Amino acid sequence: MNQLDLGDLRFTEGGHLLVKRAIGKLNIGKEIVICGQDPDLEVHLEAWARIEGHRIKPSTESNRFKLCRGAAEFKRWQGAKQTGDPDPFKPESIAETASQSWGLAARGAVIEDGTPEFNFQLTKKSQVWADEAVRLYAQAVSAQWDPNTAIPWNTKFELQTEVEDAVVQLMTYLIENEAAALIVPSRFVAQLHPHFREVMQLLAIQAADEARHVEVFTRRALLKRDKLGISTVGGQASLKTLVDEPDFAIASFLLSVMGEGTFLTLLRFLEHHAPDPVTQTMTRLAANDEARHVAFGVAHLKESVKHDPHLLDRLNQSVHRRHDALQHIVGLNQEVMDALTLITAGGWSHQALRKGSQQVTKLIQDMDSGRRNQLLRLGFSKEQAATLSELHTKNFM
Amino acid sequence: MNKRTTLLMGAVAYDPKVVNIWEGFRQYFSQKQLDFDYILYSNYEQQVEALLAGHIDVGWNSPLAWLQVECIAKKMGQRSEAICMRDTDCDLTSVIIVKDDSRLNKLAELKDRRIGVGAKDSPQACLIPLNYIANSGLDPNKQIEVVEYDVLPGKHGDHIGGERKAAQALLSGTIDAACLIDSNYLAFSLDGSLPSSSVRVLDRTPHYDHCNFTVLEGNCTKLIKHFRKLLLEMSYSDPNVRPLLDLEGLKQWLPGRTTGYEQLETAVKRFGTLEPFIRRFNL
Repeated sequence: MNQLDLGDLRFTEGGHLLVKRAIGKLNIGKEIVICGQDPDLEVHLEAWARIEGHRIKPSTESNRFKLCRGAAEFKRWQGAKQTGDPDPFKPESIAETASQSWGLAARGAVIEDGTPEFNFQLTKKSQVWADEAVRLYAQAVSAQWDPNTAIPWNTKFELQTEVEDAVVQLMTYLIENEAAALIVPSRFVAQLHPHFREVMQLLAIQAADEARHVEVFTRRALLKRDKLGISTVGGQASLKTLVDEPDFAIASFLLSVMGEGTFLTLLRFLEHHAPDPVTQTMTRLAANDEARHVAFGVAHLKESVKHDPHLLDRLNQSVHRRHDALQHIVGLNQEVMDALTLITAGGWSHQALRKGSQQVTKLIQDMDSGRRNQLLRLGFSKEQAATLSELHTKNFM
Repeated sequence: MNKRTTLLMGAVAYDPKVVNIWEGFRQYFSQKQLDFDYILYSNYEQQVEALLAGHIDVGWNSPLAWLQVECIAKKMGQRSEAICMRDTDCDLTSVIIVKDDSRLNKLAELKDRRIGVGAKDSPQACLIPLNYIANSGLDPNKQIEVVEYDVLPGKHGDHIGGERKAAQALLSGTIDAACLIDSNYLAFSLDGSLPSSSVRVLDRTPHYDHCNFTVLEGNCTKLIKHFRKLLLEMSYSDPNVRPLLDLEGLKQWLPGRTTGYEQLETAVKRFGTLEPFIRRFNL
């Protein structure tokens, strides 16, 4: 018969763990002798065995007890299920549909039968998954930057009054757009089944990226001023259609592919034409983050389109619907266009304004071209891509 | 004879979780076609009176409540029966512990010492261990000073608070020894309330049994049979049942037995515990 000698280790000093380990190796009904010098061994072992559903057999020998394994532990785990594998690249590691009863358990954990049913809305791999998420998350983690140290806040510069005003207005616009870009993934991360761990992590870090963008754009706006610029009905109406969108695929499409795709071009443009080193550094860093957001949006939508041939139609309709909803808004984004022109011009001379205006026209063309490329990657035809890009909100995001 | 179609069970609300427990059982029994409901009492004496008066069909009784029912039913010409109990109700012991550096080495040395007990109506933390001490030759009423740590009287020691207070008093030196049920001694040792090597067991009572479902013979026989059958069929492997069993602290229901109440019976006779309650019945 097996024997476990606890020596001078007390049962309550960790001895119970040794007993638990030893009995766990036995078949139900099998016995093990437990002995040791703990004066309380008998009283503790008896109470513990009773609570755990094991049995102690009477013994005539002092401080030697026969412990017989009960069935409770076996019964508890009888219906337990393994849920995929932590390694996302192993075959069948990610379930096609994640069960609500897996709850918050880590993918790959053994889940006790009877876990309460959760109510996650996004449970299908085809809705949310892209292998790219793994790489993009790792990249996002290593590319996190500290607003305090990454941006040269103390560099001395002075802009013309109206150019600084234009920068403040542009920052005010960027802040509200980044707020929308923070809220949308945050809302969906709460609906996503945690089985899709890498996507959950990526959406969370995406929201954190946007939080940082909101911070640095605010700090830049207030660097030389004590007030922010204006927020228009048109801009907010456009963003509201994004925030209100309940469908994950459509929201991802409108935000990450169309909106952030356009923003990426805008941020690269600002990096190139920034009037000061602070604006230049923050737009470069923000653009790097946005590039990841766009990459994931495109990657998972490409996967979704493979599984749902009607998805392209739905995405197509969503752009039309959004365009129709915003038709009544006049002058959408004029204050941003004006600010961009003045920032790019750098002053009020005719020559500078002409140059600025030309650059902004080129920006709009580049934005259109960038959107069309992404739309082609998703599987839209050239004509559809051109139409959809044309219909995209004039608010950019 | 009771003609109810709903089986009414009484339980004592010693903790808010009691509602969750019996609400869960009610739903489970309902799925098994047993019309079951429960009534919660604030103390066992009310519950015993209700059982004897036929207001409820089953009492989820402490061992003291079982003896109360058994004794009074007999005087009323009726017989009580323990139909089911938990696996964890069988073969318990109580310990009398002292501080590790105490000079006390045997029960007889408790003479003129302060002994902390749980609630005065607690079988496990008062009546049984004091009876055990009395068996050793010491009169608990005269030769030792009994210090009661009475949390929620009428709950028959179901609440852990009294024993925890007694354990704390022992560590602080307010008392010389404390009486605890063995499972609480283990729990307090594991959670650090009684740090390792701070106390030791002076002595330990023989084994005894704890709660049972008590019925009066001949009452609602069919419903009670159904109730008992369903209890005995409950399996720890059933994920719908397991949380209920975990809450109630068992792995398996067992057929009731009444052979484990002898120590308590001796104790209540010795201390006259039942008499004030019996007098309420004018028998």
